[in-house]
Amino acid sequence: MAAVSMTVNGKAVTADVEPRTLLVQFIRENLKLTGTHVGCDTSQCGACVVHVDGKAMKSCTLLAVQCNGASIVTIEGLAGADGTLHPMQAAFREHHGLQCGFCTPGMIMSAVDIVNRKGSDLDEHTIREELEGNICRCTGYHNIVRAVETGAKAMAGSAPVRQAAE
Amino acid sequence: MYAFTYHRPDTVRQAAGLLARKDDAKIIAGGHTLLPTMKQRLASPGALVDLGGVPELKGIERKGRGLIIGAMMTHAEVAESAAVQEAIPGLAALAANIGDPHVRHRGTIGGSIANNDPAADYPAACIAMGAIIVTNKRKIPAEDFFQGMFGTALEEGEIVTKVAFGIPSRSAYAKFRNPASRYALVGVYVAKRGGEVRVAVTGAGASGVFRWTAAEEALKKRFAPKSLEGVKADPSGLNSDIHADAEYRAHLINVMARRAVEAALGK
Ligand code: FES
Ligand code: FES
Repeated sequence: MAAVSMTVNGKAVTADVEPRTLLVQFIRENLKLTGTHVGCDTSQCGACVVHVDGKAMKSCTLLAVQCNGASIVTIEGLAGADGTLHPMQAAFREHHGLQCGFCTPGMIMSAVDIVNRKGSDLDEHTIREELEGNICRCTGYHNIVRAVETGAKAMAGSAPVRQAAE
Repeated sequence: MYAFTYHRPDTVRQAAGLLARKDDAKIIAGGHTLLPTMKQRLASPGALVDLGGVPELKGIERKGRGLIIGAMMTHAEVAESAAVQEAIPGLAALAANIGDPHVRHRGTIGGSIANNDPAADYPAACIAMGAIIVTNKRKIPAEDFFQGMFGTALEEGEIVTKVAFGIPSRSAYAKFRNPASRYALVGVYVAKRGGEVRVAVTGAGASGVFRWTAAEEALKKRFAPKSLEGVKADPSGLNSDIHADAEYRAHLINVMARRAVEAALGK
């Protein structure tokens, strides 16, 4: 067993885990934060995307022990304490950017990461290119792209998520 | 994934010590090839030595006519580095198109090179620019380093620490991605430095990255896409699979090489 401590959605967590525990397993099974999904487990679909020290990563392709000391934000860390949706979440709802919702946590974490890196004025081409690592089997992407565009604009005024969560 | 012990050294020395002491230990850099391989149980190391906490493997430095990149620099860091963009924009663009954004936040140049996947992008850049692969033991010219699919000159316990590129006057990479896996079906890096031109091809060769010398000769006479008209890549020795046969790959090599020259000329 190996000791890990990290900050998840602003809270310090410590645990003893087997070194082979994936970050996504740790998040879902130890911390019971089941918003982060496993769609493929082979690094393709992006349903498992979380932010590690402010950067979007696939939590199915990381060991929990590799994230010792890191600050993690999951989909549960986006909404306000009173339940107010993050602007990107609100945009997905408004634009019908989801159907079954399985890919959505990863889509939203990726979308927020795109805004953190590229700013809030995103054109359609950029959004499509940047969503390369996220697969949706339902929507056909059009509404996701619209949601990201709107959510990005709405985020313009608000603080980037990595600071908000730290 | 089978169980293993996990070690996180602070220095290259410690890492080398761990590799020497532990039987059946493997280095983990970004882990974006190793972990999927372990999940499929195609690899089952008894110990992982994580280079993620070794500061001396980070950093990018311009030294005269060379650009030195630390082995643990991620694809995103290389792509976004002002030093890389200025010295070798073709390399920054290559890094910006590896995998997807999440993979680029994690995958590293050292890991990509040490793995030498026959469809990886970096090996083509290393060969085309005559890079030197620096390890904790020695300096290895790229052409000696890459030895066929997944094969390298690395010895047991040897750790890639840096990659040193000679800065070309012009260079660019063009790739044709497999639409499903997004790996290079064919990728071509073209680099010109003074009168010297090198063309390196990845994704296509049955034994990994190789130089396309006929194109180099043609481009030495005149560095323009037109020079490659009628220069055919030899399909023997190229991969044929469900994604593309050797003839098609040979055709794509010419097309990608012309696109790379065009991009290198800034057109
Ligand atoms: S579950 Fe991680 S990429 Fe699909
Ligand atoms: S909404 Fe069902 S997978 Fe995207």
